[in-house]
Amino acid sequence: MDNVIKLNNVNKIYGTTIKTQVLFDVDLAVQQGSFNGIIGASGSGKSTLLNIVGTLDKPTSGEVFIGGQRTDQMNKNELARLRNETIGFIFQFHYLLPEFTAFENVLMPYYIKNKKIDRKMEARAHELMDLVGLSKVKNNLAGNMSGGQQQRTAIARSLINNPKIILADEPTGNLDSETTEIIYELLRDINKDFGTTFVVITHDRRIAEKTDRIIEIKDGKIYTDFARF
Amino acid sequence: MRLAFRIALRFLTSSKGQTALIAVGIAVGISVQIFIGSLIEGLQISLLDATIGSASHITVNPSEKNTPIDDSGDIETWLSTNYSEIKALSPTLSKGAFLKIDDVTEQIIFRGFDSEKANTIYKFDEAMIEGSFNLTGNEVVVGKDLALENDLKVGDDYDIITPEGSVSTVRIVGYFDLKVAAINKSWMIGTIDEARTIFGYEDHQITALEMQIETPFDADLLSKLMISDSVRNDISFDNWKAQNEQLLSGLNGQSTSSLMIQVFVVISVVLGIASVLAITVLQKSRQLGILKAMGINDRTSSLVFLFQGFILGILGGILGIIFGLGLLLSFSKFALNADGTPVVPIFINYSFIGLSGLIAVTASTLASIIPALKSKKLSPIEVIKNG
Repeated sequence: MDNVIKLNNVNKIYGTTIKTQVLFDVDLAVQQGSFNGIIGASGSGKSTLLNIVGTLDKPTSGEVFIGGQRTDQMNKNELARLRNETIGFIFQFHYLLPEFTAFENVLMPYYIKNKKIDRKMEARAHELMDLVGLSKVKNNLAGNMSGGQQQRTAIARSLINNPKIILADEPTGNLDSETTEIIYELLRDINKDFGTTFVVITHDRRIAEKTDRIIEIKDGKIYTDFARF
Repeated sequence: MRLAFRIALRFLTSSKGQTALIAVGIAVGISVQIFIGSLIEGLQISLLDATIGSASHITVNPSEKNTPIDDSGDIETWLSTNYSEIKALSPTLSKGAFLKIDDVTEQIIFRGFDSEKANTIYKFDEAMIEGSFNLTGNEVVVGKDLALENDLKVGDDYDIITPEGSVSTVRIVGYFDLKVAAINKSWMIGTIDEARTIFGYEDHQITALEMQIETPFDADLLSKLMISDSVRNDISFDNWKAQNEQLLSGLNGQSTSSLMIQVFVVISVVLGIASVLAITVLQKSRQLGILKAMGINDRTSSLVFLFQGFILGILGGILGIIFGLGLLLSFSKFALNADGTPVVPIFINYSFIGLSGLIAVTASTLASIIPALKSKKLSPIEVIKNG
């Protein structure tokens, strides 16, 4: 299978006067359609790694390829387009737009891409919201929903443009264990049904064990890397 | 574009209180600008109207003082056929004389007019406070003060003595009030034919030809043109601007200071909007970060703020026009003279008000450029990392 994500010798150093190196010569390849978990202590560099993969941050040195395209040399607008079309994000703190309804939030990435919404797309948004179990709160403002509902909205949103990759940073970090379970089941189902590649950061070892591959980051380096296939 | 507009609109409608506050802020500035501008314009128009509304804009005088202008009909025809700008043309025969009242004589200016033509300039029929301005034969009307001070009676006959010593009798049929003391004290108005009889002038002779033109401020240019076009060297052309330099420089000073006030009001509005919008960028930086993570490009994220400025400008502009008109209306209702007329007659110039609205929109859009640039620079990672 093809590598949809590939990192070669990625280093990340923060600061100019006082330099703090967060990532050290990281090499990573992620296969298309796989479900990957990243674990590690806080401050280990796992979020930085995910942000670099997601093109939100740039490596200090090294090469990053997403879907075969080198991203560390792209300009801001090319990156924005790549993110919009190729990558879906699910963050720990949901990051919905509180001024918009759940339904509008779900459609937002598509709206950014195509400038207008047609019937077919609305139907797809409804379908995705049904999939994540949000049929009843579609028209609620994002700010007026529970944490679980917001996270499920974020998941539906990450799927709307059919991205190749979904990056999730502690997607269940502030949810109760029952909801956590439901969300993971949902992510796995999406992985299976749509063939979407997942890279998920988690603290929860139980969750990590359900993934195809566990990558442990320690002090800015890949410490262990187990694959189950 | 549509996406940016939609987001801008949603940002504004989701914090209605703040939006209303900014719009009212713009509106207050624009209403003050409209109020000051309209007030000064009204003031100038009424001042100008009082000064030259009932006066000659360009006057044809004889080149040599105290000589008559011959063949006046020819000049009249030449002017009216060649200059379409002229809206009133009135020949006059005016000379100083003495009015004999019992044993005393009062110095007067006898002005002989063609009633109908003179009326278009001086509006005598509106100025009559007793009798009517419909003169025939030896009938005359006199200024209010001249009549009161000398106890002149309507219907009575009086003798007029010319400087040359000839005496004629006139009958007073009315008083007028032209609101200028010097005129009210000294003018006696009769027909031009009567004036010719009194002063011994021939039928084609006058002492001046007065005219009003469409745009009084072009009087100097037009009179220059007339001078160069004219083939006669026994006449000269004088315009009101040359005779009212002080008034003109006063009006100019007023216009400039009014403009200055308006400019500073607009600048303060711009600064106000710019600082408020700059704060909203901070308020919305989380949302912008999310949008950028989802792939919105820098141009669209900047446009969000330009549209916010634009929408606020339209809101503020409309409100400002309503407030400004309200201010003008209440000023004209409550600031009154003793006789109930407004101190400054209200003057609504629609193109000026339209321009003010346009200024509101342009100024607030310009004010949103800095926030828009800030929004462009915002990197999604800052938001994602800092929560």
